Amino acid sequence: MSAIPHPHDVGLDPSAPLVDLPGHSSRGRLERVLRRGEFAVTAELSPPDSADADEVREAAQAYEGWVDGINATDGSGAHCHMSSVAVCAILTRIGYSPILQISCRDYNRIAIQGTVLGAAALGVGNVLCLTGDGVQCGDHPDAKPVFDLDSISLLGVIKRMRDEGQFLSGRKITTPPRLFLGAAENPFAPPHDFRVLRLAKKIAAGAQFVQTQYCFDLALLRSFIGKTRDMGLDKQCFILVGVGPLASAKAARWMRANVAGVHIPDSVVARLEGAADQKREGRRICVEMIEALREEPGVAGVHVMAYRQSQYVAEIVRESGVLRGRAPWRRSFVPNLQPVESLEGA
Amino acid sequence: MRLFSVRHAAPIERVYARFEAALVRLGPLLKRLGYARLERPIAALEAGVKGFLFDCRMCGDCVLSKTGMSCPMNCPKAMRNGPCGGVRPNGHCEVYPDMPCVWVQAWEGSRRMRSGDLIAEVLPPLNHMRKGSSTWLRLARERAQA
Repeated sequence: MSAIPHPHDVGLDPSAPLVDLPGHSSRGRLERVLRRGEFAVTAELSPPDSADADEVREAAQAYEGWVDGINATDGSGAHCHMSSVAVCAILTRIGYSPILQISCRDYNRIAIQGTVLGAAALGVGNVLCLTGDGVQCGDHPDAKPVFDLDSISLLGVIKRMRDEGQFLSGRKITTPPRLFLGAAENPFAPPHDFRVLRLAKKIAAGAQFVQTQYCFDLALLRSFIGKTRDMGLDKQCFILVGVGPLASAKAARWMRANVAGVHIPDSVVARLEGAADQKREGRRICVEMIEALREEPGVAGVHVMAYRQSQYVAEIVRESGVLRGRAPWRRSFVPNLQPVESLEGA
Repeated sequence: MRLFSVRHAAPIERVYARFEAALVRLGPLLKRLGYARLERPIAALEAGVKGFLFDCRMCGDCVLSKTGMSCPMNCPKAMRNGPCGGVRPNGHCEVYPDMPCVWVQAWEGSRRMRSGDLIAEVLPPLNHMRKGSSTWLRLARERAQA
């Protein structure tokens, strides 16, 4: 297979939304990749503690040509960073396909609906609806937690904006946002029996794709995916499983104890502990996990979260062979299309 | 007490169903007495009873019958549609490590209830204008008018 992006994923102007495709609810690349049945790769970008747009550009550049979507986190861990909508706007101007994360912790239904319209106007095609971590987890535990909506009611609100062209109040939206709607899922946290039903609720509310919490326990994930297959949920929604490299056994223990909802089995910690180069072993575990997920029916892709290790994302994706020769969009491909435009101007 | 109520979700569900039927039957009487005049005493009564049984926060939009008799307003994220992804392995809250997760409780409670599968219903955003008002009176009024 030649390593050029699929023609549907490339437009004349990389910063503009792509041409409409029938049956698609967004004009973004991620939805196209998934609907074509390709195994998708997304990666998480941690917004900087800075007002410098170059820091965002540099962070995104490390993923270029290796991922189909870049998640811009929204005050993750209840810590203050550059806003996700601003990060997404910087990314769409270049041509990347960002996934705007919206957390219900920090704004109410009025602010959120306004943000959704603004983001869509800035070329954002994907939204991930989250409830968000409690303010107590972050650097401003004294902040007022908003939680006017929860992730599921948020999905319903945005779906209504998109499909019915209405705000929650019923007031009309003149040009509705074209968005591919996502949600998060954690197959590894209690109440385990409720988790699949909760995914069904999210799909009923409007989720078209989900990105899961870090998967370090393949057996537990397989049991969850098996149940989603039994209910046919994998046919109604694209499931991208969260993966990421652990930096060391110590980091794994710390994450397990301090990051909400992260489940790391003892066997993984032991494997890291026994390795000569723990950091490399962490990446090895991640690559093996991606290879296994690639073969798992019902899994539509992986979501790579490499906190403070984003420089290794391209290497991890390459080593896993998960793209099977496919080439996600990259800037260097675009110049081939430019002469057509310049002819028009001549 | 909140945990007791979840453990006894089944009998509470039965009592609640009978209570609701009684409220609806009382509809004409409530109407004669005037809903507006009754709002404050009934809301106070409701806050007392449900506060004791469920740690009720008087959101005014009670959904206990759909949440296994575990009040979702006790969740620090006020989640009304299910648990967040941060529930601890021991089933406790992400935010308050000593508190059992409201939604782990809700799921268990719902399994004891006849109409526990209502937990699968997607609930709309909370109407904050109803905060502090009586759900009992509102339901009695809505049923009477229906």
